[in-house]
Amino acid sequence: MNAPVLPQSLVDNPRLDRWIAFLPDRTVRIATGKVEMGQGVVTAIGQIAADELDMPLDRVVVLSGDTVTGPDEQYTTSSLSVEMSGGSVRLVCAEVRAKALERAALRLNCSRDDLSVVDGAFRQNGQPTGQDYWTVAAEIDLAQAVTGNAPTKPSASYRVVGQSVPRIDLPAKLTGAAFVHDELPADVLHARTLRQPCRGAVLASLDEAAIRRAAKGELQIVREANFVAFVSPTESVAQAAAAAAPAQARWANVRRIEPAEQEAAWLRGQPSDDRRIGGWPAPTSPPRRPAGITVSRPYVAHASMAPSCALARFHDGHLTVRSHGQGMHPLRKNLATVLGLPAEAITAQHLHGAGCYGHNGADDAALDAALVARRLPGRWIRLQWRREEEFGFEPVGPAMLVTLQVDLDERGRPADWTTEIWSATHVQRPGNSTGWLLASEALAEPPPEVAPFDPPEARGGGGTRNAVPLYDVPAHRILHHLVLRPPVRTSALRGLGALPNVFAIESLIDDLAARVGEDPVAYRLSILSEPRARRLIELVAQRADWPARGPAGTGKGLGLGFARYKNRAAYAAVVAAVTVQETVTVDRVWCVADAGLVVNPDGARNQLEGGIVQAVSWTLKEQVRLDGQGVASLDWQSYPILRFSEVPEMQVEFVAGAGNPSLGVGECTVGPTAAAIGNAVAHALGTRLHDMPLSRERIMAALLKS
Amino acid sequence: MTIALTVNGQSRTVEAPPAATLLDVLRNQLGLMGTRYGCGLEQCGCCMVLVDGEPAYACTREAGSVAGRAVTTVEGLGTAERPHPVQQAFLDEQAGQCGYCLSGIVMSTKALLDRNPDPSRAEIVAALDKHLCRCGAHQRILRAVERAATALRGGRPA
Repeated sequence: MNAPVLPQSLVDNPRLDRWIAFLPDRTVRIATGKVEMGQGVVTAIGQIAADELDMPLDRVVVLSGDTVTGPDEQYTTSSLSVEMSGGSVRLVCAEVRAKALERAALRLNCSRDDLSVVDGAFRQNGQPTGQDYWTVAAEIDLAQAVTGNAPTKPSASYRVVGQSVPRIDLPAKLTGAAFVHDELPADVLHARTLRQPCRGAVLASLDEAAIRRAAKGELQIVREANFVAFVSPTESVAQAAAAAAPAQARWANVRRIEPAEQEAAWLRGQPSDDRRIGGWPAPTSPPRRPAGITVSRPYVAHASMAPSCALARFHDGHLTVRSHGQGMHPLRKNLATVLGLPAEAITAQHLHGAGCYGHNGADDAALDAALVARRLPGRWIRLQWRREEEFGFEPVGPAMLVTLQVDLDERGRPADWTTEIWSATHVQRPGNSTGWLLASEALAEPPPEVAPFDPPEARGGGGTRNAVPLYDVPAHRILHHLVLRPPVRTSALRGLGALPNVFAIESLIDDLAARVGEDPVAYRLSILSEPRARRLIELVAQRADWPARGPAGTGKGLGLGFARYKNRAAYAAVVAAVTVQETVTVDRVWCVADAGLVVNPDGARNQLEGGIVQAVSWTLKEQVRLDGQGVASLDWQSYPILRFSEVPEMQVEFVAGAGNPSLGVGECTVGPTAAAIGNAVAHALGTRLHDMPLSRERIMAALLKS
Repeated sequence: MTIALTVNGQSRTVEAPPAATLLDVLRNQLGLMGTRYGCGLEQCGCCMVLVDGEPAYACTREAGSVAGRAVTTVEGLGTAERPHPVQQAFLDEQAGQCGYCLSGIVMSTKALLDRNPDPSRAEIVAALDKHLCRCGAHQRILRAVERAATALRGGRPA
């Protein structure tokens, strides 16, 4: 028999005891390397464990993001948690259940086949035996490596998986302390930073006396090369010092940013690392019926509700860090690199933070706190970024420019398709030990610059994410320009390149349908053979009463967008209804998604809804402004996001899983939603807007032009 | 300066620097961490509390200005074990994702329902429009407020 193919998380963390422990209080602790960011993953993983162990959910305690006892599962990204960590937990629990039953059968001198598990207790031919997981736990060797050979339960027998179990972390968040921000260890010192404006900038002078006068209280100023922190037992003193500091600092070697650099159009022609993806079939030359489109998205922010925050303490040569970052094991390794400590001398523990939607300042704040803690050993340091620091120094989602050129067949269907993408990198996560955290650039010996790269195609790509259309296109090629020196640090933001790429594809498809005078839904179905995809488009059109869609150019529009996230995660089809006057209002959104087996339907719907709202906000309103030394949109006034009065009515649903495995849902709606809005606006106006955000200025310009 | 005030029904006296904010006093002196810092600019609503029953941004409110007044925070409503009907409604609707914005929104909801037990959807939107939510839980939150209103009326129409 061939050994089963294990999920990467189990290959990396094979020992059962990295994942599971039976505790004396008759609970089972399930450890995951994935962390809770408001997406409900801790609850979902608990559900999977409860079912596989035949245990009530309230006996399952999920430990998340802990370098001491938990598995290393890298970062919590790419909508992979339920597939990867959930899949691993399922195999581990199935194996431990089998081992426990084996031990119980020995004790009871019976056949394993006579035993069943009810609420964590073992029954023999239906009768209680006095044996349960906890009575046999000591006899199970959890130091063994998982084999993956124990059969997992058939999905038809799930009792907890598939139920809309309420989130276990929500009650605390509605009633009091719940976040890393809310931890105040005794004798804690509060810290704030003065940020180096850019890599290479040198702090020429700092008027510490003036800062002390402004701080009005006990203050220590920690300086290490171009890194500065203000530390005080009183939070308001540290805050006042940091607020006063920029005006008292003189920096040399600061780069200036020209206003044009904030626009996606600037990317074209910049130095880039160019890659050809796909088979690069020879194009028909010259094209017989050429068509094309160019779209863009600007730099956009994660714009977390909370500024990044971390706690750190350096005590007896050991550093403990508490952080809301997306991966505690990678954080530990990167802190080790920067601080010159062995990884074993560092403990990193995840505590909840505000939603981050990708790589924001969380990891950077952890290094900031660690740098201060190392200089002030023995004391807990609570370091929190300022609001303007969060907007000014989080790595932003990269601007993108996407051009599609197609050659049509005699029926007006694309026969040949070339995609060209310009974008800076979508991942500047520090990874496994580059030490590439913001403050490391301010130290005397910054780590070497890492040559920009994007996730490989096998992991869904970065700028190229969702660039391959799911439609039946005989010849497809991608030219990816990875722009090397963007004006601002960029990294992963929910969906990576999926939003602009799906916006481009779905906009073009609508244009091609119009060209042959066909309905956009009918046109799509004529070039889409994937049955799961077809079904969603048909269903969402039905939900939105698509046949009643009126003529173009009335100011009211209905548009559709579709994609399968990464071409391998969940499918989502979205219809948006908009009203366009001077600005765009999204009135209503319908979404039908196929995510295979959905572990927690209400939690997953919440993710679909959140992705829709965020995509509406990005598409209509958001752009990071750059000016002078860096980011100029430093508060919610200059970086407005969608408000209660602007949020559409939503109707979201999943189709039945039909025995298909779970597919990640966190990011599947962002591309289709942006595309649906773009198409709805085009329908409302009778002319298309190509550049996001779909702002008042752009509507006016488009109307004047047409 | 010494400030005497009522917090969640209890008389409290705190020593605070003259420019201290109410948020700073609540979190760092009284240990009430449910009121959260978001922006310090009255732009996001994460720090919303009630001062004499009216919503107030704790992040900019000078602590001295609430001397002799009654301040209510999310801890003054209910606990995780015994949530207030507004908190319970948010749990019933699973109205939230990360939850960072929720305590402020809960406080604005409390103030709204105290003065208007049967608000229309438009009135709820107007009361919450000063709050930001980045996760996109808005529609759930609006449903939660409606559910809370019904619960507080004992299930009766107003």
